[in-house]
Amino acid sequence: MFTEANKKRAVEIVAQYPKAHSAILPLAHLAQDQDGWLSLDAMDEIADYCDTTAADVQGVCSFYTMYKRRPCGNFVVSVCTNVTCLVVGGPEVLEHLEHKYANDNDVFVEEVECLAACGNAPSMQVNYEYHEHLTPESAEQVVEDYKAGRLVARGVSGGAVHA
Amino acid sequence: MSEAVETPARKEVRETLIVSRRVREFPDDAHTFERATSDGAYEIWKEVLRRADVQWIHDEVKASGLRGRGGANFPTAIKWESLPDNGLPRHLVINGDEGEPSTFKDRLLIEGDPHALIEGVCIEAYRIGSHRAFIYLRGEFALGADRIEQAVHDARAAGYVGSNILGSGFDVEIVVHRGAGAYICGEESALIESLEGKRGMPRIKPPLPIHVGLYSEPTVVNNVETVCTIPHILKMGGAQYANLGVNRSTGTRLAAISGHVNNPGVYELEFGMTLRDIIFGIAGGIRGDKQLKFFLPGGASFQWLIASDEHLDQVYDIDDISAKLGTTLGSGAIMVYDEDTDPLLVAWRLAKFYAHESCGKCTPCREGSGWLEKVLYRMSHGQGRPNDMDALLDISAGISPDVMKAPFTQTTICPLGPSPVSAIASLQKYFRAEVEAACAAGVPA
Amino acid sequence: MTTTEPQSTKTTVSVTIDGNTVEAIPGEMLIKVAQENGVYIPRFCWHERMKPVGMCRMCLVEVDGIRGLPPACTMPVAEGMVCHTETPAVKQAQDDILEFLLVNHPLDCPVCDRGGECPLQDTTLAFGPGESRFVEEKRHFEKPIPISNVVLLDRERCIQCARCTRFADEIAGDPLISFVDRGGHTQVLNHPNHPFASYFSGNVVQICPVGALTAKPYRFRARPWDLATVETSCTQCSVQCRGALQSSSNRLVRLLGIDSNAVNHGWLCDKGRYGFEYVHSDDRIREPLLNGAIASWPQALDAAADALRSARDLHGAESIGFIGGARGTNEDAYAWSRLAKGVLGTDNVDAQLGDGLPAELILGVERASIAECDSAAAIVLLAPDLKEALPVLHLRLRRAALDLRVPLIDFSCAPHGLSSEVTHALAAAPGEQGARAEQLVAAVNGASSDGVIAAAAATMKARAGTIVVVLGRANLAERSDATVQAVAALAQLPNVKFLSALRRGNVHGALEAGLAPGILPGRVTIEYRDAVAAKWSAIPEAPGLDTEAMLRAALEGKIKALVLIGADPIADFPDRALAEAAVRAVPTVIAIDGFHNESTQRAKVVLPATMFGEKSGTITNLEGRIQRVNQKVSPDGLAMDDWRIASELAFRLGHDFDLETVDEVTNELVSVAPALAGGSAQLFRSARDGVRIPVAQHHAEVQLRKGLGLTLDGPDGVSWEPIKVEAEITVESVPENGNTQDAFALLRWDGGSVRVDLPGRDAYALRLIGSVSLYDHGSAVSESPSLVGLRTVPKLLVAAADLQRLGVPNGTEVHVASANGAFNIVVQAIKGLQPGVAQLAAGSGNAANALIDAAAVVNDVRVETIR
Repeated sequence: MFTEANKKRAVEIVAQYPKAHSAILPLAHLAQDQDGWLSLDAMDEIADYCDTTAADVQGVCSFYTMYKRRPCGNFVVSVCTNVTCLVVGGPEVLEHLEHKYANDNDVFVEEVECLAACGNAPSMQVNYEYHEHLTPESAEQVVEDYKAGRLVARGVSGGAVHA
Repeated sequence: MSEAVETPARKEVRETLIVSRRVREFPDDAHTFERATSDGAYEIWKEVLRRADVQWIHDEVKASGLRGRGGANFPTAIKWESLPDNGLPRHLVINGDEGEPSTFKDRLLIEGDPHALIEGVCIEAYRIGSHRAFIYLRGEFALGADRIEQAVHDARAAGYVGSNILGSGFDVEIVVHRGAGAYICGEESALIESLEGKRGMPRIKPPLPIHVGLYSEPTVVNNVETVCTIPHILKMGGAQYANLGVNRSTGTRLAAISGHVNNPGVYELEFGMTLRDIIFGIAGGIRGDKQLKFFLPGGASFQWLIASDEHLDQVYDIDDISAKLGTTLGSGAIMVYDEDTDPLLVAWRLAKFYAHESCGKCTPCREGSGWLEKVLYRMSHGQGRPNDMDALLDISAGISPDVMKAPFTQTTICPLGPSPVSAIASLQKYFRAEVEAACAAGVPA
Repeated sequence: MTTTEPQSTKTTVSVTIDGNTVEAIPGEMLIKVAQENGVYIPRFCWHERMKPVGMCRMCLVEVDGIRGLPPACTMPVAEGMVCHTETPAVKQAQDDILEFLLVNHPLDCPVCDRGGECPLQDTTLAFGPGESRFVEEKRHFEKPIPISNVVLLDRERCIQCARCTRFADEIAGDPLISFVDRGGHTQVLNHPNHPFASYFSGNVVQICPVGALTAKPYRFRARPWDLATVETSCTQCSVQCRGALQSSSNRLVRLLGIDSNAVNHGWLCDKGRYGFEYVHSDDRIREPLLNGAIASWPQALDAAADALRSARDLHGAESIGFIGGARGTNEDAYAWSRLAKGVLGTDNVDAQLGDGLPAELILGVERASIAECDSAAAIVLLAPDLKEALPVLHLRLRRAALDLRVPLIDFSCAPHGLSSEVTHALAAAPGEQGARAEQLVAAVNGASSDGVIAAAAATMKARAGTIVVVLGRANLAERSDATVQAVAALAQLPNVKFLSALRRGNVHGALEAGLAPGILPGRVTIEYRDAVAAKWSAIPEAPGLDTEAMLRAALEGKIKALVLIGADPIADFPDRALAEAAVRAVPTVIAIDGFHNESTQRAKVVLPATMFGEKSGTITNLEGRIQRVNQKVSPDGLAMDDWRIASELAFRLGHDFDLETVDEVTNELVSVAPALAGGSAQLFRSARDGVRIPVAQHHAEVQLRKGLGLTLDGPDGVSWEPIKVEAEITVESVPENGNTQDAFALLRWDGGSVRVDLPGRDAYALRLIGSVSLYDHGSAVSESPSLVGLRTVPKLLVAAADLQRLGVPNGTEVHVASANGAFNIVVQAIKGLQPGVAQLAAGSGNAANALIDAAAVVNDVRVETIR
C-alpha cells in the first residue's frame, strides 16, 4: 500500500496525463522505490489509480526489466556486458560481483544491456546511479561503500534520494 | 586478416561544437539554470515569442536541412509539414530512450544541458501548436530525469514553461516520463504505446504517429539531439547551419565512439570527415598499439565495416555510406574492435541483446532472435557445428529475406527483428573463413 | 439483406488477387477480400470479428509496388492493387514463419485436445516445411495451469497470437488476461489475485489456434473425429445464440459458437457454452412420478388428465392454471396453449413468472432487431444489467457503443456492465423511470431545464436513424408499472423501436404461441378467434389471470389444478411468500420438468420432459427471430417432448391433436398464427438466419442456406475461425400458404394508462433493486458441474455514503428487513450506485425474493447492524 505521502504523489502523477492509464509506469516506479519491489498487491493498487485491471498492470510492468517482481534487497547492481563492456572487462566485473554477493540478500546483482556509459566502460549502476571505469575490485568497493552507507543510494527504482 | 593501416595526419580533423558547446565548456554546471541562462539559454525562446512567427521557425529549420538524429534521418521540417489539420490535439514527444548498444550521446545532453532540451521543446511545441510535451527517458537515466525535472521546475518558475508564457498567451506543459527498461521503446510507436501505459510493442504502420500517435492523436516524435539543435539553428540561421556538412548531411552530429580506441567519448563532428579521420584522428586510434580489425559505424543494428581503405576512406555522410557500403550512420555510435577480438563473440552478444529486447509481438523476431542467439552461443563458445554458418543464414532469411542486402527487407513489424541479421551478414561477408575454422575446431566448452 | 455493418456509400475498388480481378469495398483488409473470393491466406492472429494486429506474420503476401512482404491482415485494399499469394517468396515466408512457430511448440499433439482440429497442425500440413532445423532446447513452462474455474492454459503450446487477450479486452471488456514478460518468454497470464472470471471465457478456448487454452468440461472427453455435430441455438437466454452442438457416444460434449451476423457474431457466454451439462445430470427426472412414486407414462398421464378434467367439470375451466412454458420450443408452447385454451378453455395461462412485462406490451410495440442497434441514432437502456441477463446482447451493444459510436442513454441508477460506455446516465430511482421518460420525451419535443435530460435529448436528435429502446425489468422489487409508464412515454418518440430484454430462453416464442392471458397464437388477442377456430374446440371468452393473479386466486382457493410447465414459482416468482403459500394452497399440482424443485415437491404428477439437445423444433428470440433447434442425443430416461405430453393429455381429455411430427406442429402453429403467416416448417429449416416475426413483414430478409447440414471438418480446422453458414438465395416473396391478409389484426399496444404513485420513503429506509445474476440458482447452473462453482454468495450492495450515514461498516453482516421478511446478509459498498437504494440479487431462488411484496409499487428495506 502506498504511504499517505505517496498516495498524494500518485494522484499528482495521474493528473499529469490526459489518460490515467499513462501513469502505470511512473506509479510502478513509485511503488518500487517505496517497497523495494513491485508486489502483486501494488499492481492491484496501481490498477485502481489507472482505471484498469491488475492483470493489465502485471502485463505492462512485466514487459520492463527494471520492475522486480520479487524482493531484491536494498541494492540493485546492474552490470553491463554489452558489446563495448564485453571487450573491456564487463563480464569479469559481473562474474566477480555475482560470486561475491551470491548469498547476500541485500544485494541483487544482474547482467544488463547497454547502459549508455560506453565511453568509460566497463560500467554499472547501483540503484541506477552510474559507476564507470570499473575493475572487479573497484566495483566491489563501490557496493561495499553503499552497504556501509558511505555512498547514499537512490531508491530501488532509481527515485531521487530522500533527505 | 586485417591489414595494417596508416594513420593519416589530417589537419581538418577537429570537432565543431554547436549542440554540445555548453556542456563541453561548462561540464560541471551547464545543467543549472544559472549557468545555462547566463550562457544564453532561453534567449531564442524569448525571440520566438517576441516574433510570434511560426513560419520563421519552420523556414529556418527547413533551410538548415536538419534530419532526425535518432537514426532514421527524416527531415524534421518535412515531418512538421505532414501533421494533419484535423482539429485534434497535437502532441510532442521527445525520444530520450537511448538504448542502442554503445550509443551514449543523448545522455550527455540530457544530464548535461537539460535547459537546451527544454528550450528546444518549447520552440518545437510552439511550431506545431502542442500544449503538452512528453520527454520520454529510458528508466535507467535516473540522474537525467532528476536534472530535467529540476530544469523544468526552474524554467516554470522563470515563466518559460507553463501557461501564458511570458505573457504570450502560449501554454506548454512538459512531463518527464521515465521508461523502465525496454530498448524497443526507442522505436517511436513502441515509445508511444509505453507512454500510454502499455507494453512497448511497436504498432503496425501505417498509420504513422504523425497522423495517429499518442492517444490516437497527431504526434511528433523527435530525438533529444534533434530538438536540442533547433534553438542553435534559429540562432545561427538555417542557411548557416546548412553550410556545415556535406550534401544532404548538413550540420554536425554527435558521435559516440567506444571500444578499443585510445580516446573513447562523445564528439560533435561536422559531416564530411572520413571514418579514418574519426577513428584514428578524433578517437586517437587503436589502444595498446593493436591493429584495427572491424568496426560498427552506426550502432549495433547495421552492417559492420573492416579495416580496408575502402571502408576507412568512406566519408561520414548519411546517404553516401548507405549507397556505397550498404550500412548507415544509425544512432551515431561507432564501436571499434582490435585485432584480438573474436567477431563471433561480438555477433553472439548482439544477438543476445536483440533476443532479450525483442518485444515478442511478431513471430520472426520473437522466435528467430532467440534461435539465432542459441546457435551463436554455441558457435562462440566452442560448440560450433560445421553447417552452423549456413543455418544462421537460413534462419536469418526468415526474418530478413534478402539477408545480405542493405537496407534490409523484413518479415517483421519493426526493424528490431532484422538487426541481428546485420551482424550475421557481416560475419558472412568478412569473417566466413574465421567462423568456419572456429566451428570446425569444435572445441568443447 | 441482414448486413449489420454501416453501409458504405462509396463504390467498390478493383483488386487483383493471383491474377483474378475482383471488386471489393475500399478499406477492407486484403485477407478478408481474398477469402471472400476463394483465396485462403493462412493466418493465426487475424480473426474477422476483432481488430487486425499483424502479429503472427503468417499472412505475408506480395503486393506490387510495396517493398517486402506486407501482411494481408493489415493491408487495406485500394483501387488497382495487385497482390500475389503464391509466389516463391510468399511460400518461403510461410515456410519460415511456421518453422519459427514450431521452434518452441511442444510435440505433444497426441495428448492435445486440439489434435485433429488444430490450425497449427493443419496449416503446417498445407503450407509448412517438412522438417525443422531447430536442435536447441525448447522453452519450458509448467504444464496446464488453471486461469479460471473453467479454463486451463498450457503456455508451452501458446503461439502468442493474442487472440485470447484481445478478445478479453476488446470484445468482452474483461481484460483479466494479458501478455506477461516479453520476447521469447512472452506468456499469457491472469494476475494471481484475480482469475479470468469472465462470463465469456469459453470463447478464448474456441478461437485459440492451438491447444494452449482448453476448457475443463471438454478436456480429454473426445477426439474431434469422433464428434457428431448439429447446428442449433442456445436456449439459456432469449438471445438464442447460434451454436454447433457436438456429441460423442450419445453425450453432449461441446457447444461452439456459430457466427451469425444477425445474432451472436460467433460468441457465446459461458452459461450457454457449458450449461448443456445439466442434460446429463444425475438429478434428471427420468421417469414419470405419481404421488412421489415412479409410474408408467399411461398411469401418470391418466392421473394428470383426470385431475384436469375433474377440476374443469367441478369448478369450471377458470379453476385451472398453467404457469411456465418459456423454456421449451415454439411447438411445445403451442401445444400447451392449445391444451389450456383450446381444449380446457382456461385463459389462466402465463409463461412469465411475475418477472416480466405485460404480454400485450411486448407483442404490441414496434420491435427492433439486434442488428438495428449497430446503426441506431441512440440506444436507450431501460433494462436490467445485460451482462447478467443477456450476455451476448451485452457484447453486441458494447460493440455498438465502443466501435460504432452509438450513444447509450441509460435509465439505471445502479452500476452495470455497460456503465462505462454510457453517454447519458438518467439515473432513475426505483419507480421513477416513467416520470424520467416523460421528461426525456418532453425534452425531445421541446426543451428541458434538467441538464442530463437536455443533453440526452440533444444526442437523440443529433443523429439520424432509429432510437432503439432495450426494454426489460430492471428491478424485480418494483411492480412493472413504472417500466410500462416509461414505455408509453418513449413510444411517442419518432423512429422508436423496442428490443425486448425479457430473459427466459423461449419466453418470446411462448408469448407468440399464446402462453399469456388474453393472447392467442400469432400476436393477436382472444377477440381475434377466427384463426384458431378451425383447430381449437374451446376458446376462452375473457382474458384470464397472469401468474401473480393466479397465485392470489390460488390463495383464495380458486385454483384447483395448477400445471407447471418447467416452472418453479416458489423460487422464480419475486415474492416468495406469496408463491409458496399459493402453491401449497392448490389441491393438484402437475409438473412437467427435467429436475425436481421446490414447486415440483408439491406435485401430484411429475412428467419428465426432454431438454436442450434432446429435441427439435423452432424457438423465437428476443427480436422475434424464429430459428431451429435440433436434437443431438436421444432423450435421457423416459423423458418426452412437451408437445407430445400436451397431445397425450388432450387425447385423454377427448381431443385428438392429430400431430405426429414436430413439423406438423410447426405448420399448424403457422396456420393459426397471423404473425407467422407465410412461414412453414420447411422455411424455418432452410432460412440461414431464421425468419423474423411478423413473417410477412420480414420475408425479404430471409436467406436460404446452402445445404441443410453443418460441416465442421474442412481443411482449416474446426472452430477457431468464425463458423459460418453459407447462404445462397434471398427469398423475394412468401409463398401464399398463410393468412397474410390478417396482418391488420396484429396486436398494437395502446400505451395503457398506468401511472405510478410512489409512496414516500423514510430517511432510514433504502429502496430495493432486485437484480438478476447470470449464475443464478436455476438448474442450468446448479446441475452443470462446470458452472455450479461459479455461483457467488449474493451481497447487499449499497452506496458508500449510505453505509456511512447508517453507521454500518463495509463488508460486515447486517440485518436487512422489509415489510415482507428479514434475514442477515453481508453488505458491500459499490461505486456508481445511487444513494438511497440497495441492490440485491432477486428471482431464480435468490435471497431478495424473501423481502419483496409483489403488490408493492416499490419495496423499501431497513439495514441494521447486528448487535
